[in-house]
Amino acid sequence: MTPSLEAYVMLSAALFVVGFLGVLLRRNTLVIYMCLELMLVAATLALVAFSRFNGTEDGDVFVFFILTVAAAEVAVGLAIIVALFRARQTVQVDQLDSLKH
Amino acid sequence: MEQLAFTCLSVFSLACALGVVLSKNAVNGAMCLLLCLAGVAGLFVQLHAYLLAFILVLVYAGAVVALFLFIIMLLDMQGGRTWRFKGMNALAGMIAAVLLVTGLNTLAVRGRLGAGPPMGHSAGSSLKLYSYQLFTTYLLPVQVMGFLLLIAMLGVIVLSRRAAPGEDAP
Repeated sequence: MTPSLEAYVMLSAALFVVGFLGVLLRRNTLVIYMCLELMLVAATLALVAFSRFNGTEDGDVFVFFILTVAAAEVAVGLAIIVALFRARQTVQVDQLDSLKH
Repeated sequence: MEQLAFTCLSVFSLACALGVVLSKNAVNGAMCLLLCLAGVAGLFVQLHAYLLAFILVLVYAGAVVALFLFIIMLLDMQGGRTWRFKGMNALAGMIAAVLLVTGLNTLAVRGRLGAGPPMGHSAGSSLKLYSYQLFTTYLLPVQVMGFLLLIAMLGVIVLSRRAAPGEDAP
């Protein structure tokens, strides 16, 4: 017996929720960034499952593009975090409040 | 059998995802992320997306998590509290949790996702199929992705350059 589409979508939603809670509740910028990656992977899983259950290739090709953009995004984001750390000597989000009025 | 593998992999990935969120040490979090990605790659294999599973392990587990580990160990991040439960944050978290639970409930109760059996691609020739799609239907997005990667590379070089004396930091 194969698992149903609903099972995959529920799992992907659960992974997304976990990542989302991490983004909301953690203080460390790097951990927040890892949780963002987790949300991206959850969305990817849903795309692949839909693609498989509908017999199309489009979702899979889209996942290719998501992986590419994620790689570029991680590189730029981590460079920004390192630049930020150089300027402020911290990566805790509650101490990075220069733009707060 | 397939159901059992799915259950094991999904529980494993969810546990590792929780590990990312809950671990106090960022290095442990990155390791949990690695394991979670391995679980998701296993699920991809179950969905017959072998190439995507391979690329996920190669790009995410190989490159992205390694980069994360480098940066975590480069920046010394001790001290400071781990969690933030304060005023607006807790409120926003609660509202988001309620919305997400409502959405999941709707999906579980009323979702009709066309629960037919999975339709197979022609297995084995998936790389050929992907490349055909990439070079016909998705040719323009592939070009745009190439430019995006180039621009990201330039951006990283500019961002990580040390400012010369007498020059503003980027």
